[in-house]
Amino acid sequence: MSLSRRGFLKLSMAMAGVGAVTGLAGCQSNGSVTGAKRVVVIGGGFGGATAAKYVKLFDPTVDVTMIDGQSSHTTCPFSNLVIGGLKDIDEITHDFSALEKRGVNVVKGWVTGIDAEARTVTLKDGSSYEYDRLVVSPGIDFNYDAIEGYSEEVANTTMPHAWQAGEQTLLLRKQLEEMEDGGTFIMAAPPNPFRCPPGPYERVSLVANYLKENKPNSKILVLDPKTGFSKEPLFREGWTANYGNMIEWIGGDFGGGVTKVDPDTMTVTAGGTEYQGDVINVIPSQKAGWIAHEAGLADDSGWCPINTGTYESTMKPGVHVVGDACIGSPLPKSGFAANSQAKNCAAAIVAMFHNENPPEPSWVNTCYSLVAPDYGISVAAVYEVKEGKTVSVEGAGGVSPLGGKNAEKEAGYAHDWYASITEDIWGS
Amino acid sequence: MSNNREAAASRRLPARALAAVGLGLTLFAGVSLADDHGEAMEMSNGSIIGSTCMGCHGFEGKGSGNIPRLAGLPKEVIAGKMLAYKSDGQEGTVMNRIAKGYSDEEIQAVSEFFANQ
Ligand SMILES: Cc1cc2nc3c(=O)[nH]c(=O)nc-3n(C[C@H](O)[C@H](O)[C@H](O)COP(=O)(O)OP(=O)(O)OC[C@H]3O[C@@H](n4cnc5c(N)ncnc54)[C@H](O)[C@@H]3O)c2cc1C
Repeated sequence: MSLSRRGFLKLSMAMAGVGAVTGLAGCQSNGSVTGAKRVVVIGGGFGGATAAKYVKLFDPTVDVTMIDGQSSHTTCPFSNLVIGGLKDIDEITHDFSALEKRGVNVVKGWVTGIDAEARTVTLKDGSSYEYDRLVVSPGIDFNYDAIEGYSEEVANTTMPHAWQAGEQTLLLRKQLEEMEDGGTFIMAAPPNPFRCPPGPYERVSLVANYLKENKPNSKILVLDPKTGFSKEPLFREGWTANYGNMIEWIGGDFGGGVTKVDPDTMTVTAGGTEYQGDVINVIPSQKAGWIAHEAGLADDSGWCPINTGTYESTMKPGVHVVGDACIGSPLPKSGFAANSQAKNCAAAIVAMFHNENPPEPSWVNTCYSLVAPDYGISVAAVYEVKEGKTVSVEGAGGVSPLGGKNAEKEAGYAHDWYASITEDIWGS
Repeated sequence: MSNNREAAASRRLPARALAAVGLGLTLFAGVSLADDHGEAMEMSNGSIIGSTCMGCHGFEGKGSGNIPRLAGLPKEVIAGKMLAYKSDGQEGTVMNRIAKGYSDEEIQAVSEFFANQ
């Protein structure tokens, strides 16, 4: 049995009595005036917006400020549907007004510095915010140097990664639309670990769906440094069923890893062979978002080590890192996982403020992928803490059965999942 | 494990009451925020598990398309379904894989949480 927050508030109201009215005036503007605890969140994506909302939900007295460099968040989930021409970018873009309605102070600006000793964050415009607890969920950044000839500029002009949604998504979509029938779409897939393990393979599926309907003589070549990939038997089965042999995959043990690109000749080099493409999607190796490195939150792996369950950084006390940027394994770098992590992190922070033990951590992850508009597959797992470590619960989880018997149903669930999780985070 | 969880849950009650005395003033401000900005959510083992179910079942378990609503269903109905998925007595798509991740006590806790939404 636990005391519900509603009961908790009623109790405290009775105890505080009428004298507390004086506390009302300053409470919205500045936590330090009333003594309210202050949480600052960097990032309004899957991890950040969830953390901001759930801290506020678990304890509405906490002063929560969420800072994002953009005024809305365009989700990577379902951005493959935009690339494949099945959705409009507006349908995957979410503003922060529901969070504001909940009392979250939303600030637009890029965070350029974190001072973990002084407990302040500084923005590009020079303004700064104090915190008692900081949540950092900046997503990913790219190791452009890992591929010769690749750079941010090449990504923004000729060979998009489209691994952060928005302009990059639209650029890849445009290139695909402009490609002629009979052309070749090349994807350079990333090495582990990276954001969304099934994402590259969902992308080529939906590119294939577009080409099959509009440019059926075209080819797709996936050059991959890995020797296998997420849900591989299911993807392969779905590819054959839906697209015959339009998609060719060359893995790491057959020289699939791209080491060099040349935007002038539209070629990529893998395993000593040069391949020419009409549209080239280069997804480079990844690391935690820039601010995590700037603030000294990442270790040599390029990602941020954290304590089990609380997500407090092992490098900087008082700072919590969730989402793709943290070393959250065995949870994958997925939006679902970021959402799950942020809820556990929010509960831990509120418990810390009240000198309590947080509830037992618990996580779930379900990643749907669309192999075709009416053909979905999934992978799921439940996680718990065992002997101080996050582990996936034995005997639970796994992937859809082969044979495609649930494929149509799961395609529907993929859409319902997207509606649910985006509503949970940005919608109410 | 599940015993520990229950112990942790019941330990929270006096701690909360104590915190309420100490933080009475700011918590009163919190009441007004809660009134202005929607209901607060309890913090318990059931609500943590439940919050992660919302990734598919929607905020507060209100459902979405063909993913069923859980909010306000009788506890026994939710727990009965979960246990049926766990034992493979009922065939679903992803739920058989997920239900096996929880102890019977956890299933009871999360069912109670959604029943109260
Ligand atoms: C093509 C593709 C498909 C995917 N499909 C799925 C899927 O179906 N299901 C799933 O669960 N996951 C999916 N993912 C993975 C998912 O997108 C990520 O795991 C998720 O976005 C991680 O959340 P995050 O909070 O770590 O980062 P993000 O969601 O990227 O949020 C980071 C936010 O921080 C902001 N930010 C960064 N730095 C700063 C700064 N210095 N100052 C201010 N703001 C800053 C950014 O503007 C951004 O809004 C997919 C990913 C890709 C690429």
